[in-house]
Amino acid sequence: MKRELPLLLTAVIGLFMIMSFFVPHHLVSVPADYLQQCAVIVVAFGYVLGGANALRVNLEGIARRQPDWMYKLVLVASLVLTVVIGILEGRHWQDTHTISMFLYNQVYSSMQGTMFALLAFYIASAAFRAFRIRTVEAGLLAAAALIVMLGRVPIGDWFTGWLPPALRASAVQDWIMNVPQNAAKRAVLMGAALGVMATGLRVILGIERSYLGGGD
Amino acid sequence: MDLSKLERLDRRWLFLVVAVLVMGPLLRPLGVPLGSSAPVGQFYQAIDRLPAGSIVLMSCDYDPGGKPEMVPMTRTAFRHLLDRKCRVVFTCLWTGGSGLVDETIETVANEARAHGQSVVYGRDYVDLGYKAGYEAVMVLMGKGIVNAFPQDQRANQTASLPLMREVRDYSSFALLVNISAGYPGTKEWVQQVNSRFHLPMVSGCTAVSAPEYFPYLQSGQLRGLLGGMAGAAEYEKLRGEKGSATRGMDAQSLAHVFVALCIVMGNLVQWSKTRRGA
Repeated sequence: MKRELPLLLTAVIGLFMIMSFFVPHHLVSVPADYLQQCAVIVVAFGYVLGGANALRVNLEGIARRQPDWMYKLVLVASLVLTVVIGILEGRHWQDTHTISMFLYNQVYSSMQGTMFALLAFYIASAAFRAFRIRTVEAGLLAAAALIVMLGRVPIGDWFTGWLPPALRASAVQDWIMNVPQNAAKRAVLMGAALGVMATGLRVILGIERSYLGGGD
Repeated sequence: MDLSKLERLDRRWLFLVVAVLVMGPLLRPLGVPLGSSAPVGQFYQAIDRLPAGSIVLMSCDYDPGGKPEMVPMTRTAFRHLLDRKCRVVFTCLWTGGSGLVDETIETVANEARAHGQSVVYGRDYVDLGYKAGYEAVMVLMGKGIVNAFPQDQRANQTASLPLMREVRDYSSFALLVNISAGYPGTKEWVQQVNSRFHLPMVSGCTAVSAPEYFPYLQSGQLRGLLGGMAGAAEYEKLRGEKGSATRGMDAQSLAHVFVALCIVMGNLVQWSKTRRGA
């Protein structure tokens, strides 16, 4: 029963939701809406579960004095502090000059910006050290990358302004994006969509059971 | 030519060059002339053709990591919509984005008020804020917007706002403007809303995700596309604005040229090493 009941629930709800896509009758649409609202609530609970799990894992690490326990301490302190301040400030957390907004603008926003800004430095370093052209395919990839990189910014046309319009960096970049890139992307999208459909069917029919945990 | 010295180049020199190339043009702009691409023109036209009074759904799905690319698009699109006398309903499906989105739209609304435009929260624009649930929220909104968002970002009862009394579901909107930095974003809005509820849609996205959306643009599912900071800068140019995206284009141009040079130089070094070894 421990495995059969979840499999049965998955199959029934899965088939019902597919049916709701095609049958607009209220006997189908009303329960389907209810199930969709349930899904939103379950996702919201996922955040609570995620927070609790982050606390459990990191508190364990601190208690056992794992090598990076100081970072875990910072994480736990930040998590608890942010939640407590948010609860204390309540629904007015978004007003100007609240501590929550200070934390959001001065800490969270700045740190995220910093993390992404670092990418520019690492991309330049990686381009110099790792982007090696050893085969014809890699050469084609590098040529396309160089053209698109230069064609996407105004300086590309500034460099190639002496060429006929159809051969300028932005025009060649447009062609690469609209023709070969688009064709490849379509194939990937279609392949992925078929894969999702196949996986969905496998889950509904009970063939795919890895989401239940365990070995089979 | 002996390139062996470059082989042992300390990467901190590369970091220094990137820093100089990015900071320099931000402090002293070069003014490289901006072009205009067809997807950006289509985005502009899709908004410009909206009749006055139309209600537009604008979903800003990003967080502070995407700020340099996403915020200029949000600002320019909202300004454009206000100029067209459209009314805008904002949503955000990214956990960390709602604060940034609310701040951005309030800045634009205050700018409009300073220019003498009558822009009232609740009547001309509403920020519904964040809702957890990704695609499930998109589908839920199709059954009723107020049902999906009972309260707005500022803790008002959504049903009590004058604009929201005119909004039932997706059929109430003339256009969906999605500004997205990844998942959930443009792809999910196309799959769950554009295809299912037939809501016309335009998108502004990060430069890295733009190639993924070109098939949707070619099929007509997207009416226009802004790709990254370059797209945002071109849109600013079409609007006659000189915003942060336009200012950032010189820095981005030089950074792209430097990365391209790094690829070429790295391979020349490798080639010279192979020749020496042969």
